[in-house]
Amino acid sequence: MIELNNISKTFKIAKRNAGMKAAAKALFSREYTEIKALDSVSFSIDDGETVGYIGPNGAGKSSTVKVMSGILTPDSGSCTIDGLTPWKDRRRHVQNIGVVFGQRSQLWWDVPVIDSFELLRDIYSVPEERYKKNLSEMCELLSLSEILKTPARQLSLGQRMRCEIAGALLHDPKILFLDEPTIGLDAVSKIAVRDFIKKLNREKNTTVILTTHDMQDIEALTDRILLIGRGKILLDGTLSELRARTSTIRKLTVTYSGGTVTPPAGAVIINDRGGHCTLSVDTGVISVSRVIQEIAKTSDITDLALDSESTDELVVSLYREFAI
Amino acid sequence: MRSPVIFNPLKKYLSYFRIRFNTGIQYRTAAISGLVTQIFWGIFNVLLYKAFYEGDPTAFPMGIAETTAYVWLRQAFFAQFNQFSFDESIFSDISSGNVAYDLARPMDIYSVWYSKLISMKVSNTLLRFAPIIIFSLLLPSPYGLSLPYSFSSFMAFLITMLLALLNLCALQLIIYALTFHTLNSKGIRVIFVSIGELFSGNLIPLPFFPEKARLFLELSPFAAMSNVPFRIYSGNINGSEILISMTLQVFWLCVLFITGRLLTDRSLKKVVIQGG
Repeated sequence: MIELNNISKTFKIAKRNAGMKAAAKALFSREYTEIKALDSVSFSIDDGETVGYIGPNGAGKSSTVKVMSGILTPDSGSCTIDGLTPWKDRRRHVQNIGVVFGQRSQLWWDVPVIDSFELLRDIYSVPEERYKKNLSEMCELLSLSEILKTPARQLSLGQRMRCEIAGALLHDPKILFLDEPTIGLDAVSKIAVRDFIKKLNREKNTTVILTTHDMQDIEALTDRILLIGRGKILLDGTLSELRARTSTIRKLTVTYSGGTVTPPAGAVIINDRGGHCTLSVDTGVISVSRVIQEIAKTSDITDLALDSESTDELVVSLYREFAI
Repeated sequence: MRSPVIFNPLKKYLSYFRIRFNTGIQYRTAAISGLVTQIFWGIFNVLLYKAFYEGDPTAFPMGIAETTAYVWLRQAFFAQFNQFSFDESIFSDISSGNVAYDLARPMDIYSVWYSKLISMKVSNTLLRFAPIIIFSLLLPSPYGLSLPYSFSSFMAFLITMLLALLNLCALQLIIYALTFHTLNSKGIRVIFVSIGELFSGNLIPLPFFPEKARLFLELSPFAAMSNVPFRIYSGNINGSEILISMTLQVFWLCVLFITGRLLTDRSLKKVVIQGG
């Protein structure tokens, strides 16, 4: 159980104009601007939930994750995770969490991956039997056996990320924080990582909190989305709720072999050429099934495709709506 | 059989020591080139002191054999006691924000850094010291390394070597803590390193300093490093002086340790993890 209440954090950032003169001036007096990285952030997450935490760059995603993982002390507000305050009971708290920062590495660069894993085993005081069991399980699911003896510097990005995730889970954390875990990965690795995380959540009931810019990650992994912008939580809901909120327009493509398509009110033909007809349906006016029924009366439908707005487009329209 | 019930709090830091050690002993080429440099620098130094000594033996604060022993020990344990070798990965972890990973673990950052730093110095030294010791033992007197002054001197040498290493690492950890919130650590490091090299007797043994400066320097924390074991080895520090030197080493170790810990804890509280 994670509970955040009115968490705020302000950073001081040194600023100066471009050029030599401004640089020389900055030696003597610096101007700072204050940036509200987090502005009264509140939410709660239950055990076993998978939550996607989205927002544009600089919105406060990483800061929130850092607060929850005990790295950053907020200026005000409270945060309780399984009864502990992360920055006060840091060492006890972090024993129960796993973190993967996609843009950083926890593996030792010059030594085989297995050495880094053994270090993690000792850091978390994982009993030998459980370590062996977890390791062999992870080797199988993430196909690591081949690469365990390779130094991290010689791994591809996809191999390395699989090792990073395995490393974060050797101690059976109850909560897993993933900060952009699929950044830069190819399709095969992305899918492997996603499948693994899904399985983990299902089988061990691990709470997963994921920040990402990859909307397919969100679609594949999360039940719930938190949207943050300029330090504030703007939305909290499921993907379909967000979708319903932003747009009632669906795109319906009909392939037909005879007759004509005559759309009912609420549906508009965008394009009708050579047996393919694309319609825009306003689900606020008429349901999609109703439209199909109407069309079927005047034409022989051979295929149907219904597109909703892509998740990427959805996020763009959300960002636009909230001007972030 | 490892029992899961026994919780060994030191184990994680020993594990850090081990992995840093494994990393350190991989760099063979660096070790060989370092070795060659140390031997040549040692030869030049010994010849230089020999020339001064022949000029006026009575003006010499240390016997020629004591001085050459000092030079060769310094060369052999250069990687252990020079003031300018830092574990660069700690600086880069701080400035890149990778330290986030360390902070997200159930461990004490100060102890982790301490283990890594000692491990780096020990692994680098183990790769280098033996050939230099053997080489210098084979040189004719007074150019080479003499045998230890006595058995008890040798035992005291070993103990004070360890204390000296702990002291140096504790001092360097203070520098890490001071540079934690500056993105570029070079400035603070240059100041410390210049003072440290001179005041620790790494450039010139402390007995060669003018009397008043020497008295002051011998009480400084820098004198609690390589200065003590190197002079005990040849008998330049002997008898009750050994106990005084050891007491000073322990005293400074406590001071440096507590200061470093407090500074590190304070810096970590205020830390802003750089980047994304």
